[in-house]
This record gives sequence, structure tokens and C-alpha cells, in this order.
Amino acid sequence: MTEPPILRIENLSTRYGAVRALRSVNMTVRRGEICAVLGANGAGKTTLLRTVSGLQPPDPGSRVLVDGTDVTRLPAEAMVRHGVAHVPEGGGVIAELTVEENMRLGGLWRAGRRERGAKAAEMFELFPPLAERRTRHAGTLSGGERQMLAIGRALMARPRVLLLDEPSLGLAPLITRRIMRLLQDLRAGTGLTVVLVEQNAAGALSVTDHGLVLSQGAVVASGSSGELLADDRMRHAYLGF
Amino acid sequence: MASSLRRKQAPAAATARASARRGPAGLWNSLPVLPRHLLAALAALALVAVLTSVTDGLTALRVANVGYYLLAVAGLQLLVGFSGQISLGNGAFMFIGAYTTALMVLYTPMAPLAVVMLAAVAAGCLAGMLVGAATARLHGPYLAGATLALAVGLPAVALRFPDLLGGSNGLFFSLRGAPPALSGLVSDSQWKALVVWFVVLLALVVLATTSRGRLGRRMRAIRDDEAAAATAGIPVGRTKVVAFVISAGCGSLAGACQAYLLGTATPSSFTLALSLSLLAALVLGGLGSLWGALWGALALVYLELAGEELAHAMGLGSNVANNAPVVFFGVILIVIVMAWPLGVQGALSRLGRSLRGR
Amino acid sequence: MNHFIDLTLNGIANGAIYAALGLSLVIIYQATRVVNFAQPALALIAVYLAYAVYLATGSYWTGFAVALASGTLMGVLAERLLIRPVHGRSPLSAIIVTLGLLLALQGAAGMVWGNGDYSFPYPMDFRGRFSPAGAFGLGAVAVVTLLLFALYRFTPLGLRMRAAALHPESARLSGVRVGLMLTAGWGIASAIGALAGMLAAPPFLSPNALDAVFVYGIAAAVLGGLESPFGAVAGGLLLGVGLSYVSGYAGPELTTLAALAILVVVLSVRPDGLFTRPVARKV
Repeated sequence: MTEPPILRIENLSTRYGAVRALRSVNMTVRRGEICAVLGANGAGKTTLLRTVSGLQPPDPGSRVLVDGTDVTRLPAEAMVRHGVAHVPEGGGVIAELTVEENMRLGGLWRAGRRERGAKAAEMFELFPPLAERRTRHAGTLSGGERQMLAIGRALMARPRVLLLDEPSLGLAPLITRRIMRLLQDLRAGTGLTVVLVEQNAAGALSVTDHGLVLSQGAVVASGSSGELLADDRMRHAYLGF
Repeated sequence: MASSLRRKQAPAAATARASARRGPAGLWNSLPVLPRHLLAALAALALVAVLTSVTDGLTALRVANVGYYLLAVAGLQLLVGFSGQISLGNGAFMFIGAYTTALMVLYTPMAPLAVVMLAAVAAGCLAGMLVGAATARLHGPYLAGATLALAVGLPAVALRFPDLLGGSNGLFFSLRGAPPALSGLVSDSQWKALVVWFVVLLALVVLATTSRGRLGRRMRAIRDDEAAAATAGIPVGRTKVVAFVISAGCGSLAGACQAYLLGTATPSSFTLALSLSLLAALVLGGLGSLWGALWGALALVYLELAGEELAHAMGLGSNVANNAPVVFFGVILIVIVMAWPLGVQGALSRLGRSLRGR
Repeated sequence: MNHFIDLTLNGIANGAIYAALGLSLVIIYQATRVVNFAQPALALIAVYLAYAVYLATGSYWTGFAVALASGTLMGVLAERLLIRPVHGRSPLSAIIVTLGLLLALQGAAGMVWGNGDYSFPYPMDFRGRFSPAGAFGLGAVAVVTLLLFALYRFTPLGLRMRAAALHPESARLSGVRVGLMLTAGWGIASAIGALAGMLAAPPFLSPNALDAVFVYGIAAAVLGGLESPFGAVAGGLLLGVGLSYVSGYAGPELTTLAALAILVVVLSVRPDGLFTRPVARKV
């Protein structure tokens, strides 16, 4: 019997007031996959991540399952315990705390000081620039460093599923490539599953296994990255290239 | 500049024509702003006259109370509701008005009432200018803190100069009641109520007309987004100070009316609780509209009264009875803010809209 | 010279009280962006309860403990029942709720215990230049400040509380129960407020006994800049000493106006308080 998908989204809908932001979205992600969520501005990509991670309440009838467990109505603070870590747009790093404190925050929910300490050391090895700036306030970091810190903080929670919202926003292509390579390494090493929201569809599809295209809150295309890249009509209509 | 003026006049004229076609309501709206407000004020004054003729002296005094509280709260509305500056110091301006009145009556007894009231307004405006200038750069809780200190600190000055200002007992004086020519027609308390409401309505006309005009627009722009208003060319600091000046003038006039009614000016009338109650009444009544000030003033006078009556009716001891009104006011405040965040006026507007089917 | 030293020591002792109250206001402001006008009333009730316990048991320190415990409990209840429901609406809503609570609680104190003065004991001997009572006040506030610093800097709970106050969404994504942290903040703040009340109440306790102290506490918090708990402590001490000089050399009735003058002068140079790091507003 094949194992259940690590993340399964069924009939996910939500609204902001009277505006329907997501309409019956269905998505399945298997363990170890890197999945892209694409679409134009306002298509609902960020909303999708926010609804999965519990920041946005889903409409009745929606279902979100992580490794078989129903987490649909759980609040955001409970999601880390189920292995879901969300890096919001811009990173969400807390500027007034130091780099070290931001990092520690990510792993706090786990008991055990030594375990947390060890994990933090791992993160600083992974991101040497952050190690150099441990005691500086996070607000003094550059954009790329802040994004690294945000990802590091999320990884401190040892997630099974990592939700990344536009990690390359405002970053130089070099840094973006490094981040993508990092994700692939993590996937290979720990079986991490990644759901990646990106505006830069071509770039995303080049590193992901499969993808989902949203338009006005609904899914208009899905399939392997190769299939999506080959579908010219769909690319022109929804992805702008 | 001239072209934008023409552009502003054209729509107004078009609206006037359109509303004139809609019958009496349209006719009302087609009047220019100032005459419209004056007519409304006249109607209100007539209403007060009728009300005080058919009820007793005590009610007349209560009606007068509502009057000057309305003025104080309306002035605060300009500051808090229209220009977004949180002020906890209105009690201090009332203090200035009351003491100016008392001092003038005591030291220049020949001065007519109108002059005394004008002096109170002038003193208030001056104080408002000083306070406004000093606090123009402050926001939110910082402004609240500074005005709080003002509200508590200024009345204490009366204690510092007991010879001039009467110390903790305050100043006492007596004012003429109804002029002899009318003494048969009108009781003293009714006359006083009418004088107070006349002054209040006059000030309200000024407030309402100003807030409809350019100053009102500037204030609302500052309230909504100060940085944006500054980049749009609005003189932020000056507008804020003007708001303070007008608000202080109203508060001072309200204090003068209170002194006129009571014949006293004492520091204990101007406690911290007064300033806080004025702000609370404003939010209760509803921010952003002068009608809110009316509901707030009514609440101030009648909620406390209701609390007193409740305590008496339940036959409770004096400790309880004395404090019940304040507890009642506090509880109602919490309940209303939690249930109707837009205050009474907000709830009424919503009701009105749903009745009109919009 | 003697007079000057007396005034200075007196000012520091008073300043400790303003610092404590300012500290409690800043903790709450940092956590929930609300100026808790009800703080003196919460402290007042806590102090009255302490008085009742003191009368019943004859022990000041039992009463002291009761004050701190009841202060904490009331802070927790106030946040959970009154402030949480109006969260997210206009800031004035929360301010008015606290104002209503202030009026209601002060009135309730009058209803239950009457409006008269009760003679309230000092923690220790209050005579002398820098009396044991004054030293106790200063010491207590110093200890509280250090404990708070240690809590915030070195403990996971403190980190969670800071994260919850600074960036609730990111904190939630890291598994922090933000609501619980806010309630905890109110509880701690009210305990500190109750401490301030116990120090300020002697010699006479009445429903209005804490009014003046409250004004100075707000002034201390505002002076220090509402973002910094330790700014509030510094602000409180500075204010205490400054006002002591005003009272000694110009008259005790002018202290509140002097506080206003100090506030205006400091805020016109640094509109966000002495210890706030200026944040550029992005247009």
C-alpha cells in the first residue's frame, strides 16, 4: 500500500469578507516533492499558503490533511507541531530581535535546551553569513540574509512540509539560485517536502517536480513541471511567458 | 486656483438644482450651509423654550446641563473625531472658562454677560493655542499623556494661589436672573437655561459651519493619514493648532456656562474624572459627527441620574448610592463600546440606512 | 545643601513608585498597544483587598502577597474578558473600555469601603532621611526590573512574550500561543501595578489615593518612550527627582504642572520618548 501523500488539500475555499479568494482548490503533494504554486498577482497563491498554515480560516467543506491527519481548523500556532512550517512573504523576520533570538524562536516549541542548541548550530553552519551576525538585530540584515534567516528559523522546527512564499522577492538571481539549491539539498538529505509560491514561474518550474497554476482563486492547470513548461497556451494565458 | 474654485462651485450648483427638484428635503439641502445651520439652531432654541416652559425648574437646570456638556463634547469632537488628536485635557479648558467668568464677575461687576463670555472664550483660545503649539508634534498615547497632565495639573493652580483663586473652596459669585422686564413670563431657571442654550447653539453653528468647510476637510485629511496630508500640501502643524484653539474655546465657553449656572468655580468640579468622562461620552455618542456630541451629553447627564435613581429605588446605603452613578456610567460605557463600536450615532446611522432600504 | 539631599533622596523614593507604575503601563502597551487607564483602579482594588486581609490577620506581608496575587488575577481577567473582544477595532475602543473599567472600579471601591480615608501602614519604618520604607520601595522596584530583564532576555517564555508583542503573526508561525502571552503580559504588568499601589497608598487609602501617582506613572512611561520598559524606569526616577525639587523649591501644588512642563520639553525634542529608537516612516 502506498503511503498517504504528505499534504492533501481538498475543496479548499476561503473568502476575505465578501470576496472569494480561493475556490475549491485541490492539491496533492507527495513526500520529498518540491511543488510550485504559480499564477498572476492576486490569483490566490499567498492565500493558499495562509489558509493551509492556519492564518486564514477556511470555508466549511474544506479539508487539509498532513500525513493523514486532519488539520483543517487548527490555529496557526498548532501547525508547527504537525510538521508544517510557513515562511511568509518577506520572511516575517522580527527586526527588533537579534539573529540568534529569531533562530531560537523557531525551535522553541520543542522541549529540550540542548536539542535546540544543537539545531541552531546546524543552521548557522548552513548559513555562514548569519553566524557572523548572530548578535546583531535582524533589522540590520540585508534582504538576502533576512530571507536566509527566515528559512533557517522555519527549519529549526524540523518541519516535514515547508511552505515558502516568494522567497526570491527582491533578491538578486545569485542568491535565489543558492536558495533553490539549498532546498534541493534538503530534500535529498532529509526528505523535506516544499511548496513554493513564485511569481517567477520559469525559474520555479526549473527546480520543482510539479506545479499548480491558480487564477482568481481556482486551479486552472496542474501537472509535472515538464508538462506545464511545454503547455504554451497555458503559459501565455496565466504565467506571462 | 480660480479654475478649481469654479469646478467646486459647479457640482454644488448642480446638486442644489437636483435637490430642489426633490421637494421640501431638497429645498432644505439647497440652502447654503450657514443659513441652514442658523435656522436649525433657531428651531432648537424654540424647542428648548417650549420644553422649559412645561417642566419644572430642576428639569430646566438639567436641560441647561445637557447644553454646556454638549458644547464641551462637541469641541472635543473637533479635536478627537475630526482631526484625530486624542486629548484628555478638556476639563482644563472648562476650568479656564469657569474661573475667567468668576474673576470677571467679581472684579468687573459692571461688565455685561456677553463680554464675560467672550473673555472666557478668548482665554480658552489663548490656552488652546499654547497647548496646541506645544503638543503639535505628539501623537496617540504621547499626546494623551501630555493632555492628561494638563487636566490634572491646571486645576491645582487654584490651590497654589488661594488669595486670588479661592483655594480649594473656589470662588462664589451671584449673577442676575431674568431681566425685570420678563420676570413675570419667565422663571429664573428657565431664563438661565435659555441663555446657556443660546450661547451653546451659537457656538455649535460656528463649529458645524467650520467643519463643513475647508478647515474641516483639512482636519479629516490629517486624521486619516497625516503623512499623506503633508505631502498634499496641507499645513499640518497649523491646522492641528487651529483645531486645538477652537476646541479649547468651546470647552472654555462650556465652563463659563457652568459657572454662570452654578454661581461658583471650584477646583473639585474639574477633576480627572471630568476629562475622562467627556472623552468617554464622545466615544459613546459616536465619533465623527456632531450629533454624537448630543448623545454623549445626554448620556453624561442622564446616565448618572439614572444611576442615582436606581440606587435610591433599591434603598441602598449612602456609600453605595453616592458611587452608584459612576459605576453605572463605567459599566454602560464598557457594554456600549463592546456592542456598538461606532457609538450611538453609528448605530443610528446604520438603522437609518437599513430603514431607507440602502 | 541638606535640603537638596533630602529632596533628592525623597525624589528617588517617589520615583521608584512612578517607575513601577510606568513599567506596568509599558509592558501592557508593548503587548497589546493599549494604554491601560484602568491600571490604577486594578491596583486600588488589590490594595483594598490587602488592607482587608491586613485587618483580619494583623500581618502586613500577608496582605502584600494578597495584593500581588489579586493584582495578577485581575489583570488576567481584564485582558481576557474585556480587552481581547475589542482587539483589532479602533484604538479608541480599547481606551474607552479601560476608562469605563477605571470609573467602575473606583466607584466600586467607594461602594464597598466608602469614600473616606483609611490609615494604611508602611512596609517598614518611614521616618528618617532615606527611610527603610523608601529603601524598600527602591529595592523592590530594582529587583522587579532585574527579574523582568532576566525573564525577557534569558528565558524561552520571555522570548515568546517579546515575539508575541513585536510581531504576532511570525510568533504564531513559530508555534507561540500569542493570546496566552498577551494575557501573561497583562498579569505580570498588573502585579507590578499592585506593587506600585502598595508603595503609594500610605499614609491614607481612599478611592482617589492613586490618582496623582497614576498621572506621574503615565508621564514616566511616556517620557521613557512607550517601547522600552527600562525607559519607563529611568523616566520614573528622573521624574521623581525633578518633581521633588519643584515641590521643595516652588510649592507642592505645582508638581503636576511641572510634570506637564517636563513632558512637553522632553517630547518636543524627542517626540517618541527618550529611549525609543527612531523609526523612519516609509511614505
